[in-house]
Amino acid sequence: MSTKIFKHIQTPVVPLAIENIDTDQIIPARFLKATTRDGFGNNLFRDWRFDENDHPKPDFVLNNPTYSGKVLVAGKNFGCGSSREHAAWAIADYGFDAVVSSFFADIFKGNALNNGLLPVQVSDDFLQKIFDAVAADHTAEVEIDLENQFIKISATGEQESFEVNPYKKACMINGYDDIDYILSQKNKIEEFEEVR
Amino acid sequence: MGQTLFDKIWDAHVVSSAEGFPDILYIDTHFIHEVTSPQAFDGLRKRGLPVFRPQQTVATADHNVPTWDQHLPIKEELSRYQVDMLTKNCKEFGIELYGLGHPYQGIVHVIGPELGITRPGGTYVCGDSHTSTHGAFGAIAFGIGTSQVEQVLATQCLLQSRPKRMKIEVNGKLQNGVGPKDIILYIIAQISAAGGTGYAVEYAGDTIRSLSMEGRMTICNMSIEMGARCGLIAPDETTINYVKGREFAPKGEEWDKAVAYWQTLYSDEDAEFDSVLTFRAEDIEPMITYGTNPGMGIGVTQHVPETASFDVKEQVSYKKALDYMGLHDDETLLGKPIDYVFIGSCTNSRIEDLRQVAEFVKGKHKADNVTVWVVPGSKQVQEQAIREGLDKIFDAAGFPLREPGCSACLGMNEDKIPAGKYCVSTSNRNFEGRQGPNSRTFLASPLTAAASAITGKVTDIREFLKEEELV
Repeated sequence: MSTKIFKHIQTPVVPLAIENIDTDQIIPARFLKATTRDGFGNNLFRDWRFDENDHPKPDFVLNNPTYSGKVLVAGKNFGCGSSREHAAWAIADYGFDAVVSSFFADIFKGNALNNGLLPVQVSDDFLQKIFDAVAADHTAEVEIDLENQFIKISATGEQESFEVNPYKKACMINGYDDIDYILSQKNKIEEFEEVR
Repeated sequence: MGQTLFDKIWDAHVVSSAEGFPDILYIDTHFIHEVTSPQAFDGLRKRGLPVFRPQQTVATADHNVPTWDQHLPIKEELSRYQVDMLTKNCKEFGIELYGLGHPYQGIVHVIGPELGITRPGGTYVCGDSHTSTHGAFGAIAFGIGTSQVEQVLATQCLLQSRPKRMKIEVNGKLQNGVGPKDIILYIIAQISAAGGTGYAVEYAGDTIRSLSMEGRMTICNMSIEMGARCGLIAPDETTINYVKGREFAPKGEEWDKAVAYWQTLYSDEDAEFDSVLTFRAEDIEPMITYGTNPGMGIGVTQHVPETASFDVKEQVSYKKALDYMGLHDDETLLGKPIDYVFIGSCTNSRIEDLRQVAEFVKGKHKADNVTVWVVPGSKQVQEQAIREGLDKIFDAAGFPLREPGCSACLGMNEDKIPAGKYCVSTSNRNFEGRQGPNSRTFLASPLTAAASAITGKVTDIREFLKEEELV
């Protein structure tokens, strides 16, 4: 089976300069009762985005029409807490292709990569430069090139390279799937079970 | 050069390793529950694949179950549907299910160990971040996402890059009233909610060594709250004695062989860690969190930090957390009135937790302003508590003993803390809305939670214990 492909994007960004955003904020547990992968975007950041009467909170960035784009830019330690992959599904379903932060929690990073959502880890300084660029001009764009592993602020030309596991990079660029890869080595699994 | 405990177990489970690729790691047992598995089973159906090793997969229903009147159908339609879906999937794919009503049902991280499924040297995964709990046995255990659940169902293996190794040593004698929960909250407060990210953490030192298996599980459980991939503790006599005789533990010759292997599972003296941290047990007070991540904890007598003490970049997030909690700079939590006390969750719902709470509350009664929920981690824990008469002590104290499940830990099932209310909770997360929309959580030990239920406010358990010694 193939997964979603990611190679290169250039887009404005949605800034969310909060640190330690946990997956309970991204998608609260009470919305995890679904048995399919669809529709989680409606409840992305539910309790920051809507009040108790389900009215949009005007001060939350996703409710501010000034900001749009395919990249979410967030404070450090993004995606900590619960392992719920629903968090990655919600972000992707909402329409984001990548998340930029200066630090990602482990499980979230893996879940994102398994769903064609690229986690781009940048330095604290570069993260601040993106926030500054968006503060100066809300339409400021970033360019993310997975093949060459760099992120660039279009207006200033400032750029930084980012790390990505070479295997996961190949998966994202070509739409390869982990299960196909492991099953291609099924004989090794069976051998392992025999000899241990 | 010697090897770490972690590397010994990892190496023993590598099916295949190739440059530039994550290792293919063999998984001994895969635990599943109703919330993070339905989409994985759907994936298998789409691929036309069976579960590769159904006999190495164990299922239970815990997150979405009520903890009262469990014999009745689940009221909430979506929850009922999800639990029914688990039953259907387990039947279709030939997986053993300890569902509602089964004598082995319970929180997945409580039942694995108590049934003897979790053992030293094994690899365990589950679509749940608190899978790190099982590391207490000297095993590699960690939480995974649903795509990985599908991967393990399909192959009994997981693609995984080897994390870095960290050793956290705790040495010395704990103060009276301070326990495993305080140790782990203290460590996380010291190194932050991201301080362990990218590491497998081995806990060591004489304080850790002196803990029971249940105490060790409390410590390993919260490894994820510092971002660690997993936490583990080398097996010893305590571990072996705990596993011995349990339902699915090896028996006879198999047992002797297993023990001989388990005795080789320790970090060699010259093993190298990427990071080593050391703490003194004497420095640890009863802990309580004041903020919205588990790293925001203080000793119960300390004051909430000043916003100005943080880096300017961090101040916005810090202020947001204090506003959410209804707290201000330099406030002391001691004496703060509370509304709820929750004793339960995969962190603190085992029989020792319940015994400790029962012993303390015997002859006392909760304050009028507080609602208390005591939720056993499993059907077996519940039955044991009843056999020991703990339920009667709890009833007399106004601490009703409920039925097993994740309960108020995660604001998903019927047990939720109402908006704006304060809950002293023995669970593991104090995130915004974690226990219900706009609920406010103070994480603490079972003893601190129990003492706070009695007084109706955040309480230093040591004051109580001093008075009781005088009587």
